[in-house]
Amino acid sequence: MDNILIKAEKISKVYRLPAEEIRAVQEITLDIRSGEFIAIMGPSGSGKTTLLDILGCLDKVSGGKLRVLGKDVSALKENSLVNMRCRNIGFVFQDFLLIPTLTALENVELPLLFARMPQEHKKAKELLKRVGLERRLNHLPKEMSGGERQRVAIARALVTSPKLLLADEPTGNLDTKSGQGIFDIFRDLNQKDGLTIVLTTHNLRLGSQAGRIIYLKDGRSVSREESSICV
Amino acid sequence: MKIVTVAFKNLNRKKIRSFLTIGGVSIAVAVLVSLLGFDAGYQRALGNDIDKMGYQVLVTAKGCPYEAATLMLKGGGGLRYMEQAVYDKIVKDPRIDRITPQLAATEFDKDRQGGQGGIALYMGIDKSYLELKPWSKFKSGAWFSGDDADEAIMGYEVAEFEQRLPGDEIFIPNLNKVLKVVGIFERTGTQDDGVIFMPLKATQRIFDLPGKLTGIGIKLKDIGTISDFEETLYNEPGIQVISMAQVKGTIFNLVASAKVMTNSIALIAVLIALIGVINTILMSVFERTKEIGVMKAIGASRFDIFKIIWMETTLVCVIGGFTGDIIAILGTNIVEHILRQVLPYAPGGKLVFITPLLLVGSFIGALAAGLFAGIYPAFRASSMRPVEAIRLGD
Repeated sequence: MDNILIKAEKISKVYRLPAEEIRAVQEITLDIRSGEFIAIMGPSGSGKTTLLDILGCLDKVSGGKLRVLGKDVSALKENSLVNMRCRNIGFVFQDFLLIPTLTALENVELPLLFARMPQEHKKAKELLKRVGLERRLNHLPKEMSGGERQRVAIARALVTSPKLLLADEPTGNLDTKSGQGIFDIFRDLNQKDGLTIVLTTHNLRLGSQAGRIIYLKDGRSVSREESSICV
Repeated sequence: MKIVTVAFKNLNRKKIRSFLTIGGVSIAVAVLVSLLGFDAGYQRALGNDIDKMGYQVLVTAKGCPYEAATLMLKGGGGLRYMEQAVYDKIVKDPRIDRITPQLAATEFDKDRQGGQGGIALYMGIDKSYLELKPWSKFKSGAWFSGDDADEAIMGYEVAEFEQRLPGDEIFIPNLNKVLKVVGIFERTGTQDDGVIFMPLKATQRIFDLPGKLTGIGIKLKDIGTISDFEETLYNEPGIQVISMAQVKGTIFNLVASAKVMTNSIALIAVLIALIGVINTILMSVFERTKEIGVMKAIGASRFDIFKIIWMETTLVCVIGGFTGDIIAILGTNIVEHILRQVLPYAPGGKLVFITPLLLVGSFIGALAAGLFAGIYPAFRASSMRPVEAIRLGD
């Protein structure tokens, strides 16, 4: 029980639009244990990103109970959610989302600024070295390839030493070789550092390399057979 | 890395836009400093002019303009004369320390002000004039050779303007009279710098005003007796008595009215610049919706985002305030030159008086305005929800 990082019980997310209600996530129950490497798979619109946002405390649930690191996050105020994200959760996005005016090193240092951890300055360099970008420290995102940008984004997500790394389609905008390179970094982080990783992907070849796969369809957790994903 | 680095790098992203916004603030601050400097300088120069008249009481014919400013505003006309007998009577009063008779005359000179024409002011004086104005020293030359000589001593500025030296001649327009320049006064920073002085008797003769005066300047032995002395003169018919304290008060009241207008203009300039700043930063916030969402996702609190945006606005206003101060300092001479061209009467000395206090005050004002202008854009940015900002920011 102690090593459960996230415990979701029948969580749902409903977007109420003027004309309709969109049930993006419906009654999903799952446990994520420390050190797991989980891939969330499903077709477009199946609720993968919404589920990831909820698990990462970026969005609130409409129903059900969600405990992250033992805390009931549905009851937390914004400041507490910020603290939770700041110190415990790292995010990697499909289209990298680096700050274009900052260099690779500055992008990685940015979370340290928000987490009030300026003393960890060295760690930013170490992480960029670890993802193979020691020669790109002072390059702007526009001067780097997609794969390099995503590596910067990974270093940025790791700089505050989070317990959980969430990645939304991290290889979606990359070619096969770069995508595999990024995936290898994730696997390395999970196997060598024991970092808990949850990622979403369309790519079954990559997804199947994760320790566990959660299949989604129409916002629900389904079996692989029901998910319409072909091997 | 610091918040200020993030803010500065963002301003650097759209260089032209940031440059124009900072330029707007700079111009507003420069206008503010110049106008307030003009307010202070004009009042100071006028006060200086009046103080340096050298007398505490001026006696003139009733209705006669007693001050060069008024005279110029009236186009050099409106002079009234009193009989020299008034002077002969007053001069015996034991309360008087020093006294000097004056006869002012004006002529329109079509060659002045770059061919636009202007008023040339001539002043008939005698040696007692220098006793009342001990600071009037000769830059070159000396006093008139006689009381009725066709000679002139030129004020510093008029001599510079007409490029005359002792020994040269000047021409009184419309009267076809030539005067020999015998001396040039040093700069006094008063209206005297623009006057051509002549011997009193020669002035009365040349301008066909025998036995006439326009003014009598008086300095008392004891300033405490001024009320009594004025009371005595009020009984004299056909003259008016003006105390310089009263003149100062009247002129400063007029200047105060003008001040309201100039300050309003400065305020409008600052307001327009502020709206420009708010608009620019707000646009920048909307353009960066996605980035702000990302920053929140990676741990930025509302306050962190507020600080970044607030810092950007503050930087714009601080840089604008600083450059505005520099522009105002560098542009003082140009503004001064333009004002002297435009104003019907400009007192001597510096018209735009920029003090360190004014510069610091304007800079702090720009900073305060920046902090104020940044509140709304910073609030908008900090209120964004991360998920929506990331999704809607495309």
